[in-house]
Amino acid sequence: MTVVDATFRATAVEQRSMTVQRAFQLLFLFTTIVLALPVLGILAELLIRGSPGLSLAFFLDNPRNGMTEGGIFPALIGTLWLTVGALAVALPLGVAAAIYLSEYAGDNRLTRAINVAIVNLAGVPSIVHALFGVGAFVHFMRFGASILAASCTLAVMTLPVVIVATRESLQAVPQAFREASWSLGATRWQTIWRVVLPNSVSGILTGVILCVSRAVGETAPIMFTGAAFYVPLLPRSVFDQTMALSYHLFNVSTQVTNVPPHLPFAVALVLIGVVLSMNATAIAFRMRLRGRKKW
Amino acid sequence: MAATTSPDRARHAAALAELDQRDRAWWSDRIAKVLVFGGGISAIVFIAAIFVFLGTQGLDFAVHRLDWGEFFGSIAWRPNGYPPQYGARALIAGTAAVTGVAMLVAVPFSFGAAVYIGEFARGRTREWLKVLIELLAAIPSVVWGVIGLHVMGPWMTALFGVESGLNLLNAGIILGLMAAPIMTTIAEDALKAVPDTYREAAEALGATRWQVVWRVVLPHARPGLSAAVLLGIGRAFGETIAVLMASGHAINIPHSVFDPVRTLTATIAAELGETAKGDDHWQALFVLGILLFLITFTINLIADTLVRGFRRRGA
Repeated sequence: MTVVDATFRATAVEQRSMTVQRAFQLLFLFTTIVLALPVLGILAELLIRGSPGLSLAFFLDNPRNGMTEGGIFPALIGTLWLTVGALAVALPLGVAAAIYLSEYAGDNRLTRAINVAIVNLAGVPSIVHALFGVGAFVHFMRFGASILAASCTLAVMTLPVVIVATRESLQAVPQAFREASWSLGATRWQTIWRVVLPNSVSGILTGVILCVSRAVGETAPIMFTGAAFYVPLLPRSVFDQTMALSYHLFNVSTQVTNVPPHLPFAVALVLIGVVLSMNATAIAFRMRLRGRKKW
Repeated sequence: MAATTSPDRARHAAALAELDQRDRAWWSDRIAKVLVFGGGISAIVFIAAIFVFLGTQGLDFAVHRLDWGEFFGSIAWRPNGYPPQYGARALIAGTAAVTGVAMLVAVPFSFGAAVYIGEFARGRTREWLKVLIELLAAIPSVVWGVIGLHVMGPWMTALFGVESGLNLLNAGIILGLMAAPIMTTIAEDALKAVPDTYREAAEALGATRWQVVWRVVLPHARPGLSAAVLLGIGRAFGETIAVLMASGHAINIPHSVFDPVRTLTATIAAELGETAKGDDHWQALFVLGILLFLITFTINLIADTLVRGFRRRGA
């Protein structure tokens, strides 16, 4: 005869496993918070220590007195040049590559090789990209140390970002859209141009934003290919050297002596402000894209 | 004779022209296909070009003048000495040590975060945690350098009473935090690829969520987790500016985590500016570059194979 207890009571073993489970859940929560906190911590630290240095003049002045005073205007403009240049090269190439991979490529060796190349290009250390830029663009193509050479180097480095973001959004366009267009007699290219691309604009924009954010933040690839320690004049063509925000930050942190303590933090605050706001925009775009996937 | 065939030919050509449907749309389709293909193979072209350019710049020196025994055996890196010495042993040791410390930091935290985000967190919390970790990945390396130099350095001196806060531990923690986001993402992908039916089966047997994770999910996700570690190693290994600013940059085989170190990447970044194109020192730096490229290439290749494996099985 067995007596069935109508109320559930956890046995000692079950209680123990529930305690273990709770302990581990807390532990994992802790590790997650440790990873999430630095973003907020760094932002707070930079805000507290850098914001006294911010003013309108800081954005609009040249550096003065051996880079210890004044502002970051030439570096801001230089970063704009470099970024637009990088985008001008990386965007057409990256979108074309994504179109090829999503719309034309079959499941063959070449496609696999392209995918491996993309992964590896993304994994190459930034200083190796710098060496490549110096060898290929500065010397071999005879661009000299210039905005053009630095932009090309940045473009090669950011290419995988554009390709991956664009490819994902192209593949999200339902196959039925393409079939409908083909059945009306449209060519493959007409279908891509009129149907597929317009439906994946937000994904391409995400790629653009991530590419820009990466290009703005990188230092190593531009140090030897076109960024200069100090140029008071704004660049007038792509063959000029230029200052850049990231390289300027490196210099005021390590190369210049007698820098007032708030200056590196102020420059870092501007840099991280640009980069994080762009990434936040990209994330918002992507969430909207996913939310709308019902078509 | 010729007079009769000529109109025939013209009529024939006209008939053919009527059959020819190669209009503007057809031609633009063709041109687009070629252009898009060009873009498609650009990644391969660039990878090959990186290899060729690095190889050719450093080849002459690497083959004729570099003493490989000294390169791997000696810690004396004195490119400007008389005679110049190119011993990279300390640089290799520095790189390995920094990467090792970075992994000690990154592996537990990123795997813990991946398990929490993938298996425990729900709804909005989960989305926010993912966003924060993605933003962590976006912080530029030079900003990490500033944090290492001006924030963590002084902390180290205050906490541990060490002479210099710029050391192996400082650089390792920073690299760990820089590598953690990609590791978390890949690890979480690997956990997600484990079919839900496995979890349900275990839960039906009365397993707690933790037991499911520990006994079922993690063992099945092992290849993906290895890929995550490999990609993290690749990240930490190739990082340049942050490590240059936070590591102390002293040629030295580290004996404690408070010793300053110097890495391969930082050496290139610090010295390339002071060399003349084509001289031995310049070529030696390109040799270091080839070494870095080959190692990261191998790591990425293995990691990619592992990732592809679990993505296919999960689908």
